[in-house]
Amino acid sequence: MTALTDDTIPVTPRAIRDEMIAFAIMTAMLAIVPFTGIYPFFVMQALCFALLACAFNLLIGYGGLLSFGHAMFLGTAGYVSGHALKVWGLSPELGILAGTAASAGLAVITGLVAIRRQGIYFAMITLALSQLLYFIYLQAPFTHGEDGIQGIPQGHLFFFLDLSKPTVLYYVVLAGFLAGFLLIFRTINSPFGEVLKAIRENEPRAISLGYKTDQYKLLAFILSGTLAGLAGALKVFVAQNASLTDVEVGMSGQIVLMTLVGGLGTIFGPVVGAFIIIAMQQYLASFGQWVQVIQGVIFVACVLLFRRGIIGEIAHYLKRSL
Amino acid sequence: MQALYAQLLVGLINGSFYALLSLGLAVIFGMLNIINFAHGALYMMGAFCAYFLLSLTGIGYWWALVFAPIIVGIFGMILERTMLQWLAGLDHLYGLLLTFGLALIIQGLFQNYFGSSGLPYAIPDYPKVGSWNGLQGGINLGFMYLPIYRGWVVIFSLIVCIGTWYLIERTRLGAYLRAATENPTLVRAFGINVPRMITLTYGLGVGLAALAGVLSAPINQVRPLMGENVIIVVFAVVVIGGMGSIMGSIITGFALGVIEGMTKYFYPEASNTVVFVLMVLVLLVKPTGLTGKAA
Repeated sequence: MTALTDDTIPVTPRAIRDEMIAFAIMTAMLAIVPFTGIYPFFVMQALCFALLACAFNLLIGYGGLLSFGHAMFLGTAGYVSGHALKVWGLSPELGILAGTAASAGLAVITGLVAIRRQGIYFAMITLALSQLLYFIYLQAPFTHGEDGIQGIPQGHLFFFLDLSKPTVLYYVVLAGFLAGFLLIFRTINSPFGEVLKAIRENEPRAISLGYKTDQYKLLAFILSGTLAGLAGALKVFVAQNASLTDVEVGMSGQIVLMTLVGGLGTIFGPVVGAFIIIAMQQYLASFGQWVQVIQGVIFVACVLLFRRGIIGEIAHYLKRSL
Repeated sequence: MQALYAQLLVGLINGSFYALLSLGLAVIFGMLNIINFAHGALYMMGAFCAYFLLSLTGIGYWWALVFAPIIVGIFGMILERTMLQWLAGLDHLYGLLLTFGLALIIQGLFQNYFGSSGLPYAIPDYPKVGSWNGLQGGINLGFMYLPIYRGWVVIFSLIVCIGTWYLIERTRLGAYLRAATENPTLVRAFGINVPRMITLTYGLGVGLAALAGVLSAPINQVRPLMGENVIIVVFAVVVIGGMGSIMGSIITGFALGVIEGMTKYFYPEASNTVVFVLMVLVLLVKPTGLTGKAA
């Protein structure tokens, strides 16, 4: 059986150097966005989804675990942060913390259930768990059902950063994204990340070498869920609402699609994929259900013709690790 | 008590659909190693096929029960020949992703043309035998009123499920099929056309989904998104039952439908979630599923 990511380039000083250069270019490009006249709301939204896709990619690309329910972390963090900011009146930093912590807690519980099966079952279980949460949020009073939590105040981060100013908010979201991205980058290149890759390639062998693979998978799942929660909490400040669409199966599918388009198991692929899919939604918003059809076509095309994704193809062509 | 029996019947009907759908998923997974995410969309296509047969050509319910599964089954076989067959040898997850994309396309197209509201499909009123008016009306059983159509769905689904079990577990064709699941290369060496069997198997699984769609059309109306949530419940059913056994899928499907129906009566708030909660419990106690072997 062919593994999901067939180009496993070993971690070498050169690979790390290439990745650092690419990271510097990405950071520089993102840092000048407010001066270019690009609509900052679009980039902020894309950054939240990029972090979400990177968190998802940590599981699928490096642990071989396809989570088809990652929207549950996005939605949970959004609801908890939104509720904390609006109803409890917490400050932004505590609101972000509350949302991220809620997703981390959810990841512990769902992870303990989901890692009991591998492969295809893992995908179905995470999907079913997210659907379970969807119905809970549909009925729970604090989420306001179909309406969602609207008009969430943005407030002042650390008392002096006025988040209602788009430029300030942009750099805060960018900082959050970069922090999450670097954490994932560090994890992938750590001994822990190497064990994860070993589990992806051959779990029985990893077990026979004495690794408690369940603990590694659970830790990766918790890390991924927590960072997805951070993305959800940041998104609350951008969108100023939290609604059921963030918990739906369709949202989980979009996260998968972003990562697939960019390249499963590549470091920068999920970021590129997130920007493409969010841009596509913006431009095609007036076409209604055609967006869904087009996304389906992209799914099919990626799986049949284009399994490495955009960054994966480039990395393969340049024989570099990206 | 009337309400309890009514919910029990609703549960049995949903259980019939779960059984037909999870049976199809299990058969397809056995041969193709693919979890067919498009199963809900194909179930919906079965219902639409019956609707079109009636509104465009005047072909009624009884013939739709035959034709709709065949038409949708052929559509499925075309999908298998043109796309799914290229995934052989790749990680199972690609099959899930591809069929998820197919489901998005099919459901999106139907939603474009038919919106999200339901199209009516009447319960057949023929053949007329004595006081029977096709499958319309109902009978008073003393302890409850049984709408004839609903009773028919449960009994007919049960017959189809048992028939499929018999086909796979007790006939020569089924023996080839099970052998090809175990070791396709060896079975091919015996001169059996395994790729054709794979295509037919996919057609069979899809046909079962379409049949469930036709059966549900008079009860649930014909809606583009009718399969969207059902398929996720069926995934949970499959996780609970395990995909190793045909009979296991059938029994788990019916049982979970009944449990869901009972929950609607005793604690309606949990009726949407009970199957998922049961899935969590089963995973904690017996991770391989009730009948499944380790995957």
